[in-house]
Amino acid sequence: MTTSTEAPPPAAPGDAPEDAPRARGRAARKRLVPYWLLLPGILWLVVFFAAPLVYQASTSVQTGSLEEGFKVTWHFATYWDALGEYWPQFLRSVGYAATATVLCLVLGYPLAYLIAFKAGRWRNLVMILVIAPFFTSFLIRTLAWKTILADGGPVVGVLNSLHVLDVTSWLGLTEGQRLLATPLAVVCGLTYNFLPFMVLPLYTSLERIDPRLHEAAGDLYARPVTTFRRVTFPLSMPGVVAGTLLTFIPAAGDYINAELLGSTDQKMIGNVIQSQFLRVLDYPTAAALSFILMAAILAMVTIYIRKSGTEDLV
Amino acid sequence: MRAVLRWLRRHLVVLAGLATLAYLLLPNLVVLVFSFNKPNGRFNYEWQRFSTDAWSDPCGVADLCGSLGLSLQIAVWSTVGATVLGTMIAFALARYRFRARPAVNTLIFLPMAMPEVVMAASLATLFLNMGIRFGFWTILIAHVMFCLSFVVTAVKARVMSMDPRLEQAAQDLYASPAQTFLRVTLPIAAPGIAAGALLSFALSFDDFIITNFNAGSTVTFPMFVWGSAQRGTPVQINVIGTAMFLIAVLCVLGAQLLSGRRKRS
Repeated sequence: MTTSTEAPPPAAPGDAPEDAPRARGRAARKRLVPYWLLLPGILWLVVFFAAPLVYQASTSVQTGSLEEGFKVTWHFATYWDALGEYWPQFLRSVGYAATATVLCLVLGYPLAYLIAFKAGRWRNLVMILVIAPFFTSFLIRTLAWKTILADGGPVVGVLNSLHVLDVTSWLGLTEGQRLLATPLAVVCGLTYNFLPFMVLPLYTSLERIDPRLHEAAGDLYARPVTTFRRVTFPLSMPGVVAGTLLTFIPAAGDYINAELLGSTDQKMIGNVIQSQFLRVLDYPTAAALSFILMAAILAMVTIYIRKSGTEDLV
Repeated sequence: MRAVLRWLRRHLVVLAGLATLAYLLLPNLVVLVFSFNKPNGRFNYEWQRFSTDAWSDPCGVADLCGSLGLSLQIAVWSTVGATVLGTMIAFALARYRFRARPAVNTLIFLPMAMPEVVMAASLATLFLNMGIRFGFWTILIAHVMFCLSFVVTAVKARVMSMDPRLEQAAQDLYASPAQTFLRVTLPIAAPGIAAGALLSFALSFDDFIITNFNAGSTVTFPMFVWGSAQRGTPVQINVIGTAMFLIAVLCVLGAQLLSGRRKRS
């Protein structure tokens, strides 16, 4: 008989003797709960995301034809041939995507800043206006740029009378007196399409900054520019990193803007993969090209995340 | 003059931000205006004259409304699939410590860090070699796959920020685990789940690249628009684009007003 003042926990009748093994069974079952929760979704990702990537790697070293079928022959020459033939498109993709990312940052930062600190009671409305374009299919909106940048349109007219197009065509960004079917048009389209992906993470990290930090910087005689350079911008780095990644990665693989707003001289690597896969039906080359693209982007992203010191981003 | 310059300098950030906003919204304005156009040729890129023909007959182009219906159907089902699977993963990641966690986190992150064209080509290669016929099901499988990660991210953030003491309190009040989950956990996680579901719907409905590789001859709405960019763009495309835009903005504004009124009362 227990003499302690604390009553023993009320045990269910008949529960006492075989309590230990059953509890152990329950604990084991509990340990399995997360795995049951994970199983269907992870299975989906393994079968339809990870396995295809491995499968694609094997396709890239196969040879054969559509009629005879393809066999793994460890034909690594596909990689060299693909790189040798399509390196301009690779370089172009990286160049266009990097330019668009920088433009997105330059254009998106003021907008994110406006929403975070200046919009006041208009904040929700401006936020809705940033997201609103998403509700119209991006292909329709990209086609609208065809109208905006059209040869006889007002934009070309104004830029022409200001002699801006002379300067840009001297720089090799445009050709003659037109904007459509030039690198500038493709970069403009890429910037437009991925701008919200820059603004939203920037806004999220700017919004977390305590406005009193700005006041403190001002009290310490920092000029507004200095406050921005030393306080605001460093604190918004997580947003800058997330935004640049969310812009650069999809832009580097994009082929819609180059197809709709560019000409054959602006083809990006996405266009090549698309036509190799869907039109030429040369699957090994398409697989090799997308494998190189994936490896290049993963390498660049890893280095970038290391350099910017925000590894906890993931 | 100097006063003007000073005013400009003080409001530089606001003006730049508004200029960016204009850049973001300009194409939507063009889509709206050109939905009232009556083009001469097959393409709707040049303004000719005002007409409401397209608005009075939005389905007047062959296959347009069929593709729209198919896109809506795929978006609904892939939202359901991705939301259920993604929410389960998010709960496992937010609530339990287990050995495979880092691997699972990487597997969730990778699809978001992968160019769409790479995922599209590799999945299509798999279907092709398995001899699976491209169509509705292959599109649905692909959409659930790329929406999943976004749902996990949205729901996980919400569940992680939740106070675990609320669930303990429920259990102290003799709620069964099922009751605790249904009456406490789920309502708190609901905004995250809703955000993930909305994102899935938008991503799926508007997806072109992955669908283009995995659709075969099935035509979704974005594929219809892509095809028409080659063959000739009917004005009805602009009508549907504008209508979707207006409906969505009105819904969001309505929800804002409602929640604002509820907060005040």
